[in-house]
Amino acid sequence: MKIGYYPGCTLKTKAKNLEISTIEAMKKLDVEMVELDRWNCCGAVYSLADDDLVHLLAPVRDLIRARDAGLTPLMTLCSMCYNTLARANLLMRNDEVKREAINNFMEEEENYQGEVEVVHLLNFLRDSIGWDKVKAAVENPLDGIKLAPYYGCTLTRPLDVSVDHNTYHNVFGDMMKALGGEVVDFQEAETCCGSYQVISNPDAAEKTTVRIIESALKAGADALVLSCPLCDYNLGKKQADLMASREGIQPLPVVYMSQLMALAFGVPAEMAHFELNPPLTREFLEARGLLARV
Amino acid sequence: MPSTITKRSIDMDFIEKVGTISGEAFKTCMQCGTCSTVCPMQESTEVTPRKIIHLAQWGIFSTVMSVNMAWMCASCHTCAVRCPRGIDIPKVVEAIRLLTLRKNKNFVEPFEIVKEQIEEMPQAAMVSTFRKHTA
Amino acid sequence: MCDTATIEKKVPEVAEELVPIYIMGKKYEVPASLTIMKAMEYAGYQYIRGAGCRGGICGACATVYRKPGDYHIRVGLACQTVVEADMYLTQIPFFPANRAVYKWEDVRGEAEEVFAAYPELFRCLACNACTKVCPMDIPVMDYVAAIKQGNLEKAAELSFDCIQCGLCATRCMAEMAQYHIAQMVRRLVGAKIAVPSPHVDKQVAAIKSGHYDEALKEVMALGTMDPFNQDANKENIDKLKELYNKRQGESHATDESWEPDDKYALLEDAR
Repeated sequence: MKIGYYPGCTLKTKAKNLEISTIEAMKKLDVEMVELDRWNCCGAVYSLADDDLVHLLAPVRDLIRARDAGLTPLMTLCSMCYNTLARANLLMRNDEVKREAINNFMEEEENYQGEVEVVHLLNFLRDSIGWDKVKAAVENPLDGIKLAPYYGCTLTRPLDVSVDHNTYHNVFGDMMKALGGEVVDFQEAETCCGSYQVISNPDAAEKTTVRIIESALKAGADALVLSCPLCDYNLGKKQADLMASREGIQPLPVVYMSQLMALAFGVPAEMAHFELNPPLTREFLEARGLLARV
Repeated sequence: MPSTITKRSIDMDFIEKVGTISGEAFKTCMQCGTCSTVCPMQESTEVTPRKIIHLAQWGIFSTVMSVNMAWMCASCHTCAVRCPRGIDIPKVVEAIRLLTLRKNKNFVEPFEIVKEQIEEMPQAAMVSTFRKHTA
Repeated sequence: MCDTATIEKKVPEVAEELVPIYIMGKKYEVPASLTIMKAMEYAGYQYIRGAGCRGGICGACATVYRKPGDYHIRVGLACQTVVEADMYLTQIPFFPANRAVYKWEDVRGEAEEVFAAYPELFRCLACNACTKVCPMDIPVMDYVAAIKQGNLEKAAELSFDCIQCGLCATRCMAEMAQYHIAQMVRRLVGAKIAVPSPHVDKQVAAIKSGHYDEALKEVMALGTMDPFNQDANKENIDKLKELYNKRQGESHATDESWEPDDKYALLEDAR
């Protein structure tokens, strides 16, 4: 089986561990990810102004490239890319006036009407592969590991692009269960990590990350599972700063969903690129016997 | 903070602009305060989402523009999915930000960010910050 | 090298068909076969800046023009583009553009260094105005995308034909100077990423060892003119011309087996 794939900028540098671990794990499910050969940054955030079309050009251009290459459905791994592309796609499907204005402006491209279907790894696994097949591919189950799936904002909001339409979101937990892990629900699983405020208002961002980490620890989580490079930065890479500046904060390993999938499927650990995670993640996985000590 | 509302204090032009840019009928807000209780930035904002909507409804331009609320919002949509009136509050807040940004005033200057921080941050952080906080 | 002797100083025969063009709004009738640059000189403009190589390489004479009833912005190099009737134009010899200062010795050849030097590149909206305005048909938007993705090699490759004219920067909504960013990328790639070429190393070593000193001295001597002996000067110039005409270079038509007569700097394993 083949699936169209839109990486997003960060997955080619800081979040290679998210990309490569997914590609390798998907091979175990007989899924080949076909990357768009020409793509630009989606813009990371969807423009919320009603009179602003220019910020839609970037995601729509990517969708046009996907349509032209026959890559539909188009899968993303980064939650921010998913949200931006999915929302732009819905607008191009549903808003006739804006669609025409955008198509007229992009005269160098063929008109686009929302022909591509945008999916995230999570709903692709659930809808096109199925948890049974995921379970069957597990070689090293994540037995006894308490995993806290962190949805953040962009996987489930706004509702029309949510990867899970149940009132109680469970797609992320279902994936962890399929990999043999124990799922820990925690109150702040869908609280914003502070997102881009880490640059403009770092103190405000830090307050929300503390709440999220403490909430997951209180619920008994061994590790926080992520699908977004910016969440990884705020909740993972900045943790060392948190420890240094605040008292009483306990460390919490963070890991991408796909890295756990790769380990569970028996993909060689070096393909999950744990060197890009905070050192804590590696130490934790080694202690749990999921990763050979180096 | 107390505000005196008089015929003269109501900036109709401002109310109209926020409505046009956001595309949201924020006048339908009934001030239930659900948005304020769920806002993850509530510890850091000078006014709550409920209050900023209220101030915008009454066209109190100077207060809306001087409080940090719009710049603290991370567009997480937690309030939007819970609003009983179906108001997309992040859109209203974006409109307020844009009233400044569209005058070519940046909230963040890209060249003032510490170089070491740029080198360690994911690209998504820069792209999203510049989209939300630069003109 | 700019050979000033070849610059046409003569006003062309006016028997030719004249076409109207508008330079900064003022109408001029100019011969239809002239380039924009020659037409401007024909119209009486004198170039102090904005005329460089006159060979389509240096990017100094970027010109923007439109045709009546057509909203498209059209561009061309003034020295290469032939005038068209009713075009209205202006030259943009310079456009202020942010250029980062970095210490050459300290760079590591990583994308993050480009991000830190030019954070504004993350303001790109993928509007494609840069690509549309590029007189060299470079996919500017695509190389900016490649830089954002950290793929410096791809960006260097895509931007290779850039002549630094700066038109991209004039149109950028994100207010970045794409061409300066790409230049930094190509420098990082050339110095720290691309595989070093052993041919170049060997050639540089050959020059340093003095292998070509005699030949250079000979050329230098021929170039020294004696004001009291015009016959000898003429002889020297003829010899220089002969040397120049006999110079060897790899032509586009040659295949892999081509070798210069002087095999001194050739790599052993390349033979």
